[in-house]
Amino acid sequence: MIATRTEKYIGHLFLAALMLFTVLPFVSIFFTALHPSGSLPSGLEWPDEPQWGNFVEAFRVAEMGELVVSSSLIVIGVVPVSLAFSTMAGFAIGLLRIPGARWLLLLFIFGLTLPFEGIVIPLYYLAREIGILNTRLAIVLPLIGLFMPFGVFWMRAHFANMPNEITESARVDGASTWDLFRRIHLPLARGPIASLAILLSIWTWNQFLLALVLVEDPTQRTMAGALGAFQGHYATDIPLLCAGTIVILLPTFVIFVVLQRQLVTALLQGSVKG
Amino acid sequence: MAGWAFVVPALVMYGLFVLQPLFLTIQYSFYDWDGVGPGEWVGLDNYVRVFTDPDLLGPIFNSFRLLIFFSVIPVTLGVVTASLIHRIASTRFGSVATTVIFLPQVIPLVASGIIWGWLLARPGVVNQILETIGLGGIARAWLGDFGTALPAVGMIGIWVLLGFCTVLLQTGMAKINPELYEAARLDGAGWWAELRAVTLPGIKYEIGVCLTVTAIAALAAFDIVYVSTGGGPGRSTQVPGIKIYIEAFLQRRVGLASALAVALVVLVLAVILPVQRLTREDQT
Repeated sequence: MIATRTEKYIGHLFLAALMLFTVLPFVSIFFTALHPSGSLPSGLEWPDEPQWGNFVEAFRVAEMGELVVSSSLIVIGVVPVSLAFSTMAGFAIGLLRIPGARWLLLLFIFGLTLPFEGIVIPLYYLAREIGILNTRLAIVLPLIGLFMPFGVFWMRAHFANMPNEITESARVDGASTWDLFRRIHLPLARGPIASLAILLSIWTWNQFLLALVLVEDPTQRTMAGALGAFQGHYATDIPLLCAGTIVILLPTFVIFVVLQRQLVTALLQGSVKG
Repeated sequence: MAGWAFVVPALVMYGLFVLQPLFLTIQYSFYDWDGVGPGEWVGLDNYVRVFTDPDLLGPIFNSFRLLIFFSVIPVTLGVVTASLIHRIASTRFGSVATTVIFLPQVIPLVASGIIWGWLLARPGVVNQILETIGLGGIARAWLGDFGTALPAVGMIGIWVLLGFCTVLLQTGMAKINPELYEAARLDGAGWWAELRAVTLPGIKYEIGVCLTVTAIAALAAFDIVYVSTGGGPGRSTQVPGIKIYIEAFLQRRVGLASALAVALVVLVLAVILPVQRLTREDQT
């Protein structure tokens, strides 16, 4: 395709502007985080004496060590189970095409449109009733349920596109449905499962509403829930708040840099699939 | 029927922790209940209040105003930006940029709210920039001003969603047959004519996805509003999510909150079903 020089120029300019718009907020909180704790600098101002100690202080007061453990525990509780359940269901709906598959799919797709606000009130009372309120389980169990629509939808799209010959030849060799799943199709689904794992981990890590409502102790929450509590405590100490935000975002940034390709692709596919 | 066994675990979790609570929300919505004692059946009273009390209608109107900022603006700007960068996307600069503008999509919305809370504050970057370009007169605490708080919250939504829309739409454009563009050029089509005749029809599906995702983000907004304004000043940025939280967990008016929650669920469906119908009809 022939792009004129003007077009290229304008395109680059737009991209550069958009990048600046995206990055400037991060630069601003970084600069601000280096000012003395308790001071009120302006938005974009390099301090006379950068207070690198703010990050250490924020790490300590945010109880960062405990937070990482807590969020990780929640991710470990949510993601593998969600992956297993949605892969199996996606296999049955997309590949075995069990009777009623269409209706099942519609039922799950309905869940994709459901705002969390629509169910959070009863979740609170249910958690209280079964005695898991204020424990991580109160976040883990509902999240698994809430991830089923997307997980099933995602895995179904993969299985629905698998060529029939693979299944047929396995059937001819006398494979049971379980063998077909475990030995043939599960290994072939590694790619989409890996992408799904990335997506569900981020969404768990970043889950706020459930953490806010169901768990009071910030150190038992997800990262986003803990950040919300941190803001509640240090809203007036802007440099410390900025330092804390950066510290809490750090694990996400590291993972983003390491997995950027897969992440962007996964997130894009996640919205288009179907 | 052996295949059904594969669906059971997913169905059980979905049923227990999504469908069951959804039915309970509907059930609660017909009661006056403080969450502790016995509830009292009040029929449709809670719904009547939701649709007549300005205190509850306000949040619903606000969520429609947010729709402009979270959905209309990012998707429109996204189309323009994506069509301009479409041709350079394959360069190294293009791929680095794609990664960078995607970043807001990966961090928690709470973090975006905190970061912009500082940017939009009186001494924040936004006012600094305005002062630099000689517009210091309009500088203010954007999130604390009755007139500007909602657009300021909307601004945060644009920041979170613009990159996502741009990248997604650009992927859609990459799939359009280049010959269509050449044919349009031969016919002497300019940028605008080309956009209307080739690009927009080609990315109809992606536009539908962007509109759907962003509309849900707007109507069900909670995290960003909670940390940046908490619904204030006054009720100027109160949205259904915030109001549901306040009524259910702070005021303990569980029935009323549930009625608003049901209204929100219906509202989301009412907005996104037509979008899906329009953008998916000729896709099978």
